[in-house]
Amino acid sequence: MNPLFIKELQTIVGEPYTLADPESLAVYGYDATPELASRPGVVLMPGTADEIARIMGLCHEAGVSVTPRGSGTNLSGGAIARNDGVLVQTSRMNRIIEVDEENLTATVEPGVITSTLHREVEARGLFYPPDPGSMNISTMGGNVAENSGGLRGLKYGVTSDYIMGLTTILADGSLLRSGGKAVKDVAGYRLNPLLVSSEGTLGFFTGITVKLIPKPQVKTTMLAHFPEMRQAALAVSAIIAARIIPATLEFLDKVTIKCVEDYAHVGLPLDVEAVLLIEVDGHPVVVAEEAAGVEVICKKYGCSFFQTAKDENEALKLATARRTALSALARLKPTTILEDATVPRSRIADMLKIIQDSAKKHNVIIGTFGHAGDGNLHPTCLTDERDKDEIIRAHKAFDEIFDAAISMGGTITGEHGVGLAKKKYLPRLIGESGIRVMQGIKHSFDPKGILNPGKIF
Amino acid sequence: MDYIKLINCMRCGMCLPTCPTYKETFLETASPRGRVALLRKLREGDLDQSDRLLTYLSFCLDCQACATACPCGVNAGELVAEFTCERKEGKRMGFMEDMVLRKLLPHPERLETFMVPIRFYQRMGLQRLVRTLGILKMFPKPLERMEGLLPDLPEKPLRRVIKEDMQARGETRGTIGFFLGCVMSLIFSEASRATINLLTVLGYRVITPKNQVCCGAPHMLAGDKEGLKTTARKNVDIFSRPDLDFIVTDCGGCGAELKKYSHYLEDASSVLFSSKVRDISQVLAMHADELKLLLKPLLLKMTFHDSCHIAHSQGIRKEPRDLIRLVPGLTYIELENADACCGSGGTYNIEKSEMADLILHRKLDTIRATGADAVVTGNPGCLLQLKKGLMDHLPQVKIMHLTELLAKSMNT
Repeated sequence: MNPLFIKELQTIVGEPYTLADPESLAVYGYDATPELASRPGVVLMPGTADEIARIMGLCHEAGVSVTPRGSGTNLSGGAIARNDGVLVQTSRMNRIIEVDEENLTATVEPGVITSTLHREVEARGLFYPPDPGSMNISTMGGNVAENSGGLRGLKYGVTSDYIMGLTTILADGSLLRSGGKAVKDVAGYRLNPLLVSSEGTLGFFTGITVKLIPKPQVKTTMLAHFPEMRQAALAVSAIIAARIIPATLEFLDKVTIKCVEDYAHVGLPLDVEAVLLIEVDGHPVVVAEEAAGVEVICKKYGCSFFQTAKDENEALKLATARRTALSALARLKPTTILEDATVPRSRIADMLKIIQDSAKKHNVIIGTFGHAGDGNLHPTCLTDERDKDEIIRAHKAFDEIFDAAISMGGTITGEHGVGLAKKKYLPRLIGESGIRVMQGIKHSFDPKGILNPGKIF
Repeated sequence: MDYIKLINCMRCGMCLPTCPTYKETFLETASPRGRVALLRKLREGDLDQSDRLLTYLSFCLDCQACATACPCGVNAGELVAEFTCERKEGKRMGFMEDMVLRKLLPHPERLETFMVPIRFYQRMGLQRLVRTLGILKMFPKPLERMEGLLPDLPEKPLRRVIKEDMQARGETRGTIGFFLGCVMSLIFSEASRATINLLTVLGYRVITPKNQVCCGAPHMLAGDKEGLKTTARKNVDIFSRPDLDFIVTDCGGCGAELKKYSHYLEDASSVLFSSKVRDISQVLAMHADELKLLLKPLLLKMTFHDSCHIAHSQGIRKEPRDLIRLVPGLTYIELENADACCGSGGTYNIEKSEMADLILHRKLDTIRATGADAVVTGNPGCLLQLKKGLMDHLPQVKIMHLTELLAKSMNT
C-alpha cells in the first residue's frame, strides 16, 4: 500500500493505532475460518465514530477497500481483508454507552464484547439473549454484521430480533441512522434487518441499540444420554412437537463428546452415541413443568441416563463445555472445517443420517454438534490441511450436505454467514434472481464497492 | 519445535480474553493466537526473524492463561518460551547471564554471599537514604526497578539456618523432601519456615537437603538447556532417596519446573522425581480435617490470588481456597479474575516495566474491589510484585504466603 496513503490514514487514528509492519499485517490476515488468509495493506484501530467516518471518506475517494473486524472470530472469512485493503479493528470502541431501564434498551459501541454486555444488563435483572459460542470474545459489531445466533436461539431468537437502532457509517463516510428506541416504527423501508447480517458489505456500525427483556427468574439445565444418535434426534423433534420450547436444546455426537470431555472434564459420558444439553427457563412453576416434560420425552425415546444440574455452577460448567466444542474438536486433527447447514427442525434426524453417510462415503471424520432445537447443526470435518486429498474429500462431503440441506427446505448457513467460505453455495440456494436483488442492494449502499468486497457474492 | 504444535492452533480466539497483554493492547501481535501465527509464519518462511518480531514475542509473560483457555491443547506461552530458548541456545551468554546462571545459581552459598551487601545496604539505613535522595535515578532504569521490588531481607537465608532433618511432631506419618526455592530462602524465609513447621506438625519428617540447587527455570529463560539439564540432574540425584513420599515446594514457579524434569531428562529417576513433586497446598489439603482442629480464629477479610505457575501450569485451584476457608472467623472473598497474571512474570516486571505496571494495576483494582484486608498467594514472584504494588497504592492491604496465613492462625 502506498506509504503516503498510510500516512494520511495515520493522521486520523494516530501512530500507535496504525499498523503497517510486515509482522502485524501477517497476523491480521486471518479470522477463525480455516484455509483462508490474506495480507491487508494496513490495520487501523480507530477510537471514535468520527475517525471511522473520516477513514471511510478517505478510502472512498481513493477507491480503497475497507473491511471491518471485531475480535476476528468469524467463521466464514468475513473479517478477512482484501490483499492491500484497509482492515479496521473496532476493539478500542468498547464503551457501553447506556442501559436504559425505562425503555429496556442498551446502546453500545461496536467493540463491546458480547458477554460484557450480558454481565452489565444481567446485574440489573435484564437480559440480552443472543449468545454465540464465542460470546466471551466476539464483539457486538461483529454479531450485528453476521446476525449471530447462539445456544439460546431456539426460544429467544437471534441478534436481528434484538436490534432496535443502528448508527451506521456508509461507504462515502456519511451517517445513516435507522430505527431507535421506539417499539413501533414503520417509517419507510426497514433498514435494520437489511443491515443486520450484511457482513460488513453495506456499512460500518458505530452505535448499536438493542432490545432487552426481563431476565428469566430461574432455569434448569439437563443432560440426556442416548445410545443412538437417531433417538436423540427424534427426542428433539418430540420436545418441540410437545409445545415445549427450551431456551437451549443442544446436540453433541460421540466424537464431539470425547473431545469436549478431554478438555473440560465435566463428566460427559464416553460410552454413548449422543447427548442432548437442554435448558428450560422462565417462571419457576413453568420451568418445573417443562423440565418434567422433557425428562418424560427423553426417556420415551430411549435416553439411557438423565441428569439435572445440581446448581448454577454445574449448569454453567455444562454450557461452557458445550461452547468449547468447535475448538475442542481440533484436538484430534489440526484443521477443522466447520459448517452450519440448517434444516427445518422436523428434519434433524434425516440430516444427521446424511452427514453420517457422507462422512463414510468420502472417508472423512465428521463430528457433529449444534443447536438441534432450531435445526442448526455444526458438522465439523476433522482434517489436516497438509493432506490435500483429504481436504478435497472433505469439501465433496460438504457439497452433498449442503445440497441435502437445500433440498429439505433448509439453508447453507444458519448463523456463520456466507462470507468467502460459502459464497459458491449461495446461488444454489437463492438462485440468480436472489443474487441480482442482493447485488442491487449492495450497489445502492456502496456504488464503488469498497466495503468488504468479495463477501457474500 | 514441532510444526504440528503450531498448526494445531485453529485461531478460534478463545485465548484472547485471558491474555494479559491482549487485554491491555487489543493487538493481535500481543495475543497468544497472534504469537503462534508469528512463529508459524517464521517457520514457513513468510516472515524473517526481525528484531520487531522478537520484540512482539518478548511481550509474552508465559503466564499460561492461554493454555488453560485453549480447547485444542495449544500452549502459546510454552511455544514462545521454547522458541526463545532455542534461539538463545549455543549463543555466547552475556556477562550478567553468565554470572547468574553459571557462577551464582549452581552454588547456593555464593548466591547467599552475593546478597550480603544488599542486606547490609538495607540494615544500615542506606536504602532509605538512597531512596530519599533519588540516587537510583542516576542508574539504569532496571536497577531502580529491581531495588524498588526488594522487600526487607531476612537476617539469614533459610537454607543456612534450617536443620537438614526435621523430625515429625508426634507420630511420623511419612517423609517429605523439601525443595527450598532460591527466592523463598533468600527473601521469604518466614513463609518457608512456616511451611516446614506445618508439615512437621501434621506428622511429616522434613528433609531439606542443603546441597540442592536452583530449579532451573532461569536457565530455560536464558536458553541454557545444558545448564538446565545439569541442574535438574543434580536435584534428581539429591532427592532420589527412596524414603521420600513427596517432594514438596512452597514456590509455585519451582513446582511447575520440577514437574517438568521428566520431560527434560527422560529417564526413570526423573519420572519418579517429577511424580513425587507437590505444591504445599496439595499436601496440606490432604490433611484438612486435622489442620482445621489446629487453627484458631483470625478476624480477617481475605482474598486469594492464583499464581500462574500454580493455577495454569499445575492446574491447582481448589486446594489453596479450601485451606484458606479452614481458618475460623475469616471471611473469604473470591477475587475477580483471580487467575489473571499480576505482571511479575519472572523478570518481566523489570524488563517490560510499563506493560507489567498496566497488568499490575488491573490486579490491584480487583483487589481493591474486594475490600479485603489481606491477599494470599503461593509464589514468590507474585509476592514481590504485589507487595510492592500494594505498598505503593493500597498500603492498608497486606500480602502473605498461604503457609504464613495458616501458621499465623495456628500460633495465634
